Amino acid sequence: MAENQTILTAKDFKSDQEVRWCPGCGDHAIMNAIQRALPELKIPKEKFAFISGIGCSSRFPYYMNTYGFHSIHGRAPAIASGVKVTNPELSVWQITGDGDALAIGGNHFIHVVRRNVDINIVLFNNEIYGLTKGQYSPTSKFGAITKTSPYGTVEHPFHPGELVIGAQGKFFARSIDNNLKLSQEIFVEAARHKGASVVEVLQNCVIYNDKTHAALTDREHKEDRTIILKHGEPMIFGKNKDKGLILDAENMRLKVVELGKEYSEKDILVHNAENENPGIHLMLANMRYPDYPVAFGVIRNVKARTYDQSVQEQVDMVKSKSSIKNVDDLLRSGTTWEI
Amino acid sequence: MSKKADAIEKEDVVIRFSGDSGDGMQLTGTLFSDTSAFIGNDLSTFPDYPAEIRAPQGTIGGVSGFQVHVGKTKVKTPGDYADILIAMNPAALKANEKWVKDGGTIILDEDSFDEKGLTKAGFKTDDPIKEDKLDRFNIIKAPISSLTKEALKDMGLDPKSILRSKNMFALGMVYWIFDRPLSYTEDFFETKFKKKPLVIEANKKVLHAGYNYAETMEHMTPSYMVSPGKIDKGIYRNINGNIATAWGFLAAAEKANLELFCGSYPITPATEILQELSKQKNLGVKTFQAEDEIAGICTSIGASFAGNLAITTTSGPGLALKSEAIGLAVMTELPLVVVDVQRGGPSTGLPTKTEQSDLMQALYGRNGESPVVVIAASSPSNCFQYAFTAAKIAIEHMTPVILLSDGFIANGSVPWKIPSMAEYPTIKPPIMTEETKDWNPYARDAEKLARKWAIPGTKGLEHRVGGLEKDELKGSVSHDPLNHQKMVNIREEKVQRVNKFIPKLEVEGKDSGDLLVVGWGGTYGHLSTAVSQLQAEGKKISLAHFNYIKPLPENTAEVFSKFNKIVVCEINMGQFANYLRMTKPDFTYLQYNKVQGLPFTIVELVEHFQKLLEE
Repeated sequence: MAENQTILTAKDFKSDQEVRWCPGCGDHAIMNAIQRALPELKIPKEKFAFISGIGCSSRFPYYMNTYGFHSIHGRAPAIASGVKVTNPELSVWQITGDGDALAIGGNHFIHVVRRNVDINIVLFNNEIYGLTKGQYSPTSKFGAITKTSPYGTVEHPFHPGELVIGAQGKFFARSIDNNLKLSQEIFVEAARHKGASVVEVLQNCVIYNDKTHAALTDREHKEDRTIILKHGEPMIFGKNKDKGLILDAENMRLKVVELGKEYSEKDILVHNAENENPGIHLMLANMRYPDYPVAFGVIRNVKARTYDQSVQEQVDMVKSKSSIKNVDDLLRSGTTWEI
Repeated sequence: MSKKADAIEKEDVVIRFSGDSGDGMQLTGTLFSDTSAFIGNDLSTFPDYPAEIRAPQGTIGGVSGFQVHVGKTKVKTPGDYADILIAMNPAALKANEKWVKDGGTIILDEDSFDEKGLTKAGFKTDDPIKEDKLDRFNIIKAPISSLTKEALKDMGLDPKSILRSKNMFALGMVYWIFDRPLSYTEDFFETKFKKKPLVIEANKKVLHAGYNYAETMEHMTPSYMVSPGKIDKGIYRNINGNIATAWGFLAAAEKANLELFCGSYPITPATEILQELSKQKNLGVKTFQAEDEIAGICTSIGASFAGNLAITTTSGPGLALKSEAIGLAVMTELPLVVVDVQRGGPSTGLPTKTEQSDLMQALYGRNGESPVVVIAASSPSNCFQYAFTAAKIAIEHMTPVILLSDGFIANGSVPWKIPSMAEYPTIKPPIMTEETKDWNPYARDAEKLARKWAIPGTKGLEHRVGGLEKDELKGSVSHDPLNHQKMVNIREEKVQRVNKFIPKLEVEGKDSGDLLVVGWGGTYGHLSTAVSQLQAEGKKISLAHFNYIKPLPENTAEVFSKFNKIVVCEINMGQFANYLRMTKPDFTYLQYNKVQGLPFTIVELVEHFQKLLEE
């Protein structure tokens, strides 16, 4: 991607459209974080394309002063794939929600991840259908009471990270709407990753699922209930930095330990996001409160060939070797006869 | 090969090769067609194969057929009934005996007519000729399997490989009957099996054995001549509708100076278009085999947004899945071609059989007022031209276009005089290359009502499109009632205005008379042949065949007004007739419909038209 000298600011990425999300909706903060992240990439504004499906979060492209496409429910990964494959110069972003990505668009989601198309997927996860006013989603917790589950859901939720890793994803990160700084850092890293990147952002729906992530945002306790992972750094967390994660090899699981008496920093796992083996990444992505701290940061970031790059290389290779240079040549190739 | 003195000279003949789906009948038929084309015959072919790849051996369900019609002059259809049927087993005989002309010849592989084979095919006695009253045909019982084994006994091949070449024995016989050279087929072996000299030799041996056998049995084998006729000078090749469609898009991309993108999902009988385009990366085409039909069209919509000539290919069930996304292309006013190679429906229907029953789906099968351009190819070779035209309209008018083909023209092949790309017009994409002061994403040109194409990556033209209703100028979201009305009107008007850019409807025959036969799409060859037969008898009958369905050609009503009767003939239950009733309500439309997964026969059409002329 061509870097240029134009210095852009977050303001340059705001469109003239009135932002119509509910006051207090987590989407505002996520958009702010993206608008702050983009100038850091030093990519000209016209090289960005934001593609979305349907849902509250999918209104996003209208509010960005870039190329944008608000498409149909669940299909943004396919549209974004078409954009990226035919125009690899672009920085392509897919904005989606838990319903859009994991219910109606589940098939496209796993395939765009599997193909490793170089797009940046931002998955707003509020565990509810907001735009249709409060039905459960594929990420709603088991038993969640919603308009279509007045007695509680009897469905096991998807965990996006698990799905991404299952689909052979190479990049997965998690953030939360109210941590702007962390989100911004993650978006920059996701954009720089070559290949499909998925950033799950835990997002609060003030109207239909308020406080669903409250345990993780509670001022008093959030540092004890979450861990921010950094590549190359030990997995230590807690208000007093007194807790860490170790591998309980006997039970093949992660274990939270107290630092001090029995364990010291050298016993604690060091985060290696670049490890091709997804074993620990899967365990980290699946940590859930209250048994574990919920992991934030870049959990997995592994280099691999991208689909769009491979497609282009194959076309270039075949082109250079073929004697058929235009349609006239093609029409006259193979068996022909003259009368 | 010397000319046989007693050969019967014919204007045209129809040959049907049939056998088990593993017997290589498609190849045998293709090789015969190629040889006939090389010596200067015109021809038309029709493969007829089962939906299963390997249906139970020896059963009627597993019979694969290939019909070829060769003629001195213009051949427009693969023919109704065969002069010669080759039946490699009892099931092939059972399935195809009804397709042989009275007095025609049936060549059987005698060796396969054992008790087991006869039972599997549903014969109840050990004498199928008597049982099915086939003595009105000239039956040649040839021991094809055993003579093939005999010919190859010293070559050290395994029994399976030996039997696999029995189709070449049958082909050799047919070559003798029609006095055709073996050299083209031998050349084919040389190229195809370049690295397997043993296979080349074996195939040649069997081909010659069949030829010599027919010569030896001269007293009972008929001998025909179909001389080369007057055919336009030029370079020719054989082409089927699917390949012609794929190449038409490559031609359009070249003439538009755009890259071609095809996002698609395999579905019979359209798959070959995707396969062919995936082969032609040499011309820069990018193909994307998507995870489903919806992703197929959506990747193409993305590619169109990003500035490619984008197409997607499918058949009826796939078109149904794509309908929401077609609506998105209507709303975003992006160029897109959706190819529907129609097959028997509803649901999975008859995947390998032809039908024209997706017309209403193409015209109206979407939510909302959702107009698209609909055009239809009418022969295997003109799929090239109509794919080109579909792309040209999509790009220049900034609209989705549905191109209808069908299983019959998609798989049928004809010799095609290769055009020069210099004869084709340039396509002018309305691309904005730079920022202008008063540009708006939904501003349109006065003539076509097409908006401009502002491609991501272009500085200063950043804009948003989407499925929500658009402000008539800015393209931003608008829920304004009057704006919606206006946009609905504009989208329809934009499609209607395409008729200022398409040819007028032509009439084959006199432009007034007793009966106007109306057809559209893949039925052209049959309708035209039937109508010209009656014209030759002095009947006041003409044909108006439609390639442009929406919008209809400007002069449609004018053409209709000059005939006493109009009969609309379709391989469906009357979808075009009903469309005409809605759009050109001043006429009475008679109908001739058939839905058997088969094309019309000329015989039935002539008979029906005659009746209408007499009434």
